[in-house]
Amino acid sequence: MSEPAHDADQAEALLTQVQAALAAGTPLSITGGDSKAFYGRPVTGTPLDVRGHRGIVSYDPAELVITARAGTPLAELNAALDAGGQMLPCEAPDFTGSATVGGMVAAGLSGPRRPWVGSVRDFVLGCRIITGHGKHLRFGGEVIKNVAGYDVSRLMTGTLGCLGLITEVSFKVLPKPRASLTLRLEMDRPRALRKFAEWGQQSLPISGACQDGGTTLLRLEGGESSVKAARELLGGEEVPPVFWDALRNHRLDFFKDPRPLWRLAVGNNRTPAELPGDALIDWGGAQVWLKTTADTAQLRALAAQAGGHADCYTPGVTDGPLPPLPDALMRYHRQLKAQLDPQGIFNPGRMYAGL
Amino acid sequence: MNILYDEKIDGELHHVDRAELVAAMRTAMPDLEILHTHEDLKPFECDGLSAYRTTPLLVVLPERLDQVETLLKLCHRMHVPVVARGAGTGLSGGALPLEQGVLLVMARFNRILEVNPEGRFARVQPGVRNLAISQAAEPFGLYYAPDPSSQIACSIGGNVAENAGGVHCLKYGLTVHNLLKVEVLTIEGEHVTFGSDALDAAGFDLLALFTGSEGLLGVVTEVTVKLLPKPQVARVLLASFDSVEKAGKAVADIISAGIIPGGLEMMDKLAIQAAEDFIHAGYPVEAEAILLCELDGVDADVQDDIERVRTVLATAGATDVQLARDEAERIKFWAGRKNAFPAVGRMSPDYYCMDGTIPRKQLPAVLKGTAELSVEYGLRVANVFHAGDGNMHPLILFDANQPGEFERAEALGGKILELCVAVGGTITGEHGVGREKINQMCVQFNSDELTFFHAVKAAFDPAGLLNPGKNIPTLHRCAEFGAMHVHHGHLPFPELERF
Repeated sequence: MSEPAHDADQAEALLTQVQAALAAGTPLSITGGDSKAFYGRPVTGTPLDVRGHRGIVSYDPAELVITARAGTPLAELNAALDAGGQMLPCEAPDFTGSATVGGMVAAGLSGPRRPWVGSVRDFVLGCRIITGHGKHLRFGGEVIKNVAGYDVSRLMTGTLGCLGLITEVSFKVLPKPRASLTLRLEMDRPRALRKFAEWGQQSLPISGACQDGGTTLLRLEGGESSVKAARELLGGEEVPPVFWDALRNHRLDFFKDPRPLWRLAVGNNRTPAELPGDALIDWGGAQVWLKTTADTAQLRALAAQAGGHADCYTPGVTDGPLPPLPDALMRYHRQLKAQLDPQGIFNPGRMYAGL
Repeated sequence: MNILYDEKIDGELHHVDRAELVAAMRTAMPDLEILHTHEDLKPFECDGLSAYRTTPLLVVLPERLDQVETLLKLCHRMHVPVVARGAGTGLSGGALPLEQGVLLVMARFNRILEVNPEGRFARVQPGVRNLAISQAAEPFGLYYAPDPSSQIACSIGGNVAENAGGVHCLKYGLTVHNLLKVEVLTIEGEHVTFGSDALDAAGFDLLALFTGSEGLLGVVTEVTVKLLPKPQVARVLLASFDSVEKAGKAVADIISAGIIPGGLEMMDKLAIQAAEDFIHAGYPVEAEAILLCELDGVDADVQDDIERVRTVLATAGATDVQLARDEAERIKFWAGRKNAFPAVGRMSPDYYCMDGTIPRKQLPAVLKGTAELSVEYGLRVANVFHAGDGNMHPLILFDANQPGEFERAEALGGKILELCVAVGGTITGEHGVGREKINQMCVQFNSDELTFFHAVKAAFDPAGLLNPGKNIPTLHRCAEFGAMHVHHGHLPFPELERF
């Protein structure tokens, strides 16, 4: 593959910057496309922009694996996969259109298809990272099964850059479904939640299940025959698929409500019946988007009762937007951070104060 | 270079007096079953990798979690190494005991605590057998997807520790993709939960880190697994080829056609003949390679995909393609593959199974390289291959009663794994590093990467008491191993007695 002019391997420059920060003991604030700057806590540190380190390193559709540098725009990765008839099934959000591959992995946020296919971390096969000891290392690889050593690549996913600088990632990818359609059903929330639990136990080609007010939206994806059969079974009205991109990128009208946005992750079939504020149910009930002024403790207790946790997507609402950890678990987080980033230079405090 | 624990290069272990330790345990846990006589310890001296044996200092068989907690605290205080073991079916020596260590057998924790069909999960104790979970879920039309070939016997705690795979990984993932939550006791006897009942959890993804950590970070005390709806149908195609290259090409073509089979397995001529002699599965013994391609899912899609795959196989040069006519024939086709290991075992007094994974396109090169090594070392190799996900299982045939043959098999196995690394693959796809591949870790990872792994370990077990010597080699061991390569690597037969 001939590399476009803007592709560049800047790993050496990034390594030099990290080593300088280590030598000076100055924290770094890692940035990519800044599409998820709202997520987590603010970081005070020298900005380290990864966007220049970009480009798809290898992609062979027959291997179902793609490798890209961290600064590669997510849109570019998706376009390459699309041209190969494939996709990264976790459909990570690209809120502003500027998201990068590294940012996607660091944040670990997944889109509407997640319950049926897996999360970002489920598709990560390998990575290269610059560590808190100033080394550029490689973990995992470009093969689908690999259990040699600890699974560092999946550990790095969703750490918000707090354990090291991700420079390159390999993903497992899958063929795009042969058929896809979106159904709109007039169905209120209690009934929709009952149906989600029922459908979840059946072999149905569902890959999106969202409930908003009196409306339920389902996405069917699979072979032509199964999608057609499920469409006949489920009824409803066929609507354009644009809804799912708008949901994934928070562009629905629901998200325009000025109240703070919270995300509740809950157990399957444990969606709270009473929710304080306006709710949009995603992931077949396992993820709730909530526009609310309810207080943090109330929301956290509500999520905990449902087997999950609550994080705040609106900056400034709480000093701890990410769900707090039990003491014992927090201790192992601190010990891991102390081992892997002993000088605390990588995004200090982005996830939790003092981490 | 011997792989049994060697304190000179694997790290010094604290030596504790057996009687003193037994006395301390009896005081702290009066009702804990402790085995300490030679004849009682004997059955526990190896796991599924029976070529390597070490008699443990003690074996303990707790029945309650408070016993496990107390035991870990006691061992932590007295600096006694602990090796956790489930059903002992692992193939890499991950549960190989230590002479100076306690073998903690978790097999008695064998209760299924909850099967929740609406929530699509099962909560089980670590000693529950893999297959028992699917059996418990069956009345609800659900199952637990990962299916290592030992699934009738292997336990879920071990599956978590090893990140176990199976024949359906390409489509359904490994253990790590099918877990919601694990409850763990650390070496300090502290309870922690990794994961949650929701699809993700707060903080770092320690569930992913813990899965496949081979008992070095903690002891699994409870597992919550995801359950999936059982596919409506599964159909299998058996395709014959007159060359391994053509079969390899057919695998790439199936995937390029946008089809993800539930299972996609390849066997070479020696494996085909062994399986056919043993099982009479109806395999074509004159073929150079066969492919088994299973398509599962919704009935209508499966019918469509069968036709697509037939076309792809014909274009790729298959000499014959058979579709299993019914469930009985499907099971027969699979029986040959699933019994390939014992089938090969009938051709040879002993065999040694390898577990490298490679990018699929490298298959012809790796099989050619393996064939050359087979000649060089004078040992036959049969190949079975999870073709869909690139995971190879070369089976090295040898006779342990012939002086030097086991050492040759070991050396040949090491060379095959190094070949896998050289083409961009890995030394282990699903069996784990354990003790078996400890030297080859030095080939796959450099000293900085190994140091990083040791740092991860230190965050959970700084004293190195949990399963020492497994999974991650010391830099000292790698230095010794590397030195041997430099000195003897150019010789066709390095000083084998040293391996």
